[in-house]
Amino acid sequence: MDIDDKTEGRDRVKYLLRRVGFLLLTLWVALTVNFALPRLMPGNPLELMIGKLGAQGGQISPSAAKAIGKAYGLDNTHSAISQYFTYLQQTATGHFGLSISEYPEKVSTLIGQELPWTIGLVGCAVVISFIVGTAIGAMAAWRRGGFFDSILVPTGVMMQAMPAFWLGILLLYFLAYRLGWFNVSSTNQVQGRQLASLSGLWAIIQASFLPAVALVAVSLGGYIILMRNTMITVMSDDFVKFARAKGLPDRIVATRYAARNAVLPVFTNFALSLGFVVAGAIAIEVVFDYPGIADQLLAAVEAEDYPLMQAIFLIIVLGVLLANFIADIVYVYLDPRIRLGGRT
Amino acid sequence: MRAFLRNKKAVTGLGILVFFALMAIFAGVIDPHDPNNINFTPLAHVSSAHLLGTTPEGQDIFSQLIYSSRATLIVALVTGAVIAVVQLFMGVFSGYVGGWVDAVLSTITNIFLVLPGLPLLIVIVAYVQNKSVTTIIVVLAVTGWAWGARVLRSQAISLRDRPFMEAARMSGEGRLRIVVFHVVPNMFGVLAANFFGAALYAVLTYTVLQYLGLGDISQLTWGSMLYEAQNDTAFLLHLWLWLLLPGICILLLGTGFGLLNFAVDEVADPRLRRNDPVKSSARATQAGAASSQLPTTPPLVPPTPGELTTAHGGP
Repeated sequence: MDIDDKTEGRDRVKYLLRRVGFLLLTLWVALTVNFALPRLMPGNPLELMIGKLGAQGGQISPSAAKAIGKAYGLDNTHSAISQYFTYLQQTATGHFGLSISEYPEKVSTLIGQELPWTIGLVGCAVVISFIVGTAIGAMAAWRRGGFFDSILVPTGVMMQAMPAFWLGILLLYFLAYRLGWFNVSSTNQVQGRQLASLSGLWAIIQASFLPAVALVAVSLGGYIILMRNTMITVMSDDFVKFARAKGLPDRIVATRYAARNAVLPVFTNFALSLGFVVAGAIAIEVVFDYPGIADQLLAAVEAEDYPLMQAIFLIIVLGVLLANFIADIVYVYLDPRIRLGGRT
Repeated sequence: MRAFLRNKKAVTGLGILVFFALMAIFAGVIDPHDPNNINFTPLAHVSSAHLLGTTPEGQDIFSQLIYSSRATLIVALVTGAVIAVVQLFMGVFSGYVGGWVDAVLSTITNIFLVLPGLPLLIVIVAYVQNKSVTTIIVVLAVTGWAWGARVLRSQAISLRDRPFMEAARMSGEGRLRIVVFHVVPNMFGVLAANFFGAALYAVLTYTVLQYLGLGDISQLTWGSMLYEAQNDTAFLLHLWLWLLLPGICILLLGTGFGLLNFAVDEVADPRLRRNDPVKSSARATQAGAASSQLPTTPPLVPPTPGELTTAHGGP
């Protein structure tokens, strides 16, 4: 590497700034989509919300209606542009407004209760499937054409084609209902405050085990195939051939040379993989009645609780973006050769 | 094309696709029951009259399974085609025109790549009043086009600087003519892979939507069958075939699309093919030489053949 440390450091800062810029830009797009969607659809969102609240038996006075409108940025007395800026400001300061289905609970409080559950589930699933998937993919690539490899690719393709929720249904039916190995009814009884006690922790593990298994199983396929393909490409590179020619033991060539380099592109695909782990988690939470935000999102859609729904969408986007951002930063340190100019 | 037909994965994938196409076309011949008829004896056992029994509401499960192939297959193929066309347009426009157009389009693509697709889809669908098949296809395309669009772009860029393109430009061919006769045919492999990937995405996402009850519930699909099955407590009634078979159909159809996606990748990138080491390393050198012509592909980050595969990994 003939670049001196100073330029490299500057490049890094530039790179990080670009990533921050992209993060903010994407967040802004998500916010704008969130703002525009209800207004693009027929019907007045404010009336819809107030009607919804009224139907629940709550008496809405005109001043309350005005307050609601203001809280949601749906105030008709202002222009769309000023509504937009109010909305951006409110959201940026964490004011998501009040839930409609659980009025007058704050949306942020509701989400706060469920968020740790989803982060735990998705986090575990991503980490486990990344480690296991890359290991399996590397092994398959190393013994390319062997028995393991020949069954692995079709299996990996099949795993990618498997609907996560369906696997969840099968696990739930056969392992929990039929065999009674898991007490699934515990899932919706466990509440966040139980986290502190040991028995509460055990209940959480019991409740999360099957959903996590289902999520890992459907996420594995992508990692396996991607790792296998990149590893095969890397293995035909000259430096791997040279390592072999030097007489290094296979083990070293496989792990320190081929796999180590192949894992980096897999890591950059984090963004893509996270998107579909989240997608899998949504359906799985519904199947298991798991107390996470995806389950809450669906409930909000069914109850037409638009403020809650929009806030959950934003939280999911924010979570995915932050995870990606962190992955980007880690990547810079993992791969010293990173071509800072090449990636966006 | 011959290489494609000699590829085992391609043939298997094609076979699965043909199987479901026949099922969809001849649904009426395969099963005489009306899938929407609710006048059969509820909860009938598996018999020659009802191959898979009936639901608690008195519908024939087998005929529902057969007829479900129709909507799923149509949504998959149409969405796949729509997405492939959008990607082609974006890729060619972005890669071939270059400059600020490219910068803007690439940024849009990247934004759509990181925005989680299914949550976005759910939020859009929540506001849509008319949930027809057409609406669903549009929404699926909006949330799914970005996967794989980058591959088409880099392909377009690599083509732009090839000698034969230079020759075409020198001989005074118009831009449109160059795009139609030189760029598009050369992108066919990537385009086909993207089509199958997008179809896989559509199958899975459409199924999830139907299962969550967010799609068109009147439309009979494997997803809506599972939705009904869970709502009608197939669990407690131990109607496990009802839970198992729709999922197997989705799994098979998805695998078909996935295998075709993978096979097209393999045919297009010889390094992924399974061969003896000598041959494959010779091929690899060729492929390496070819790919080093791609100005956009950094040598250290390989041309990610897998990107095609995972990019379509799922919803």
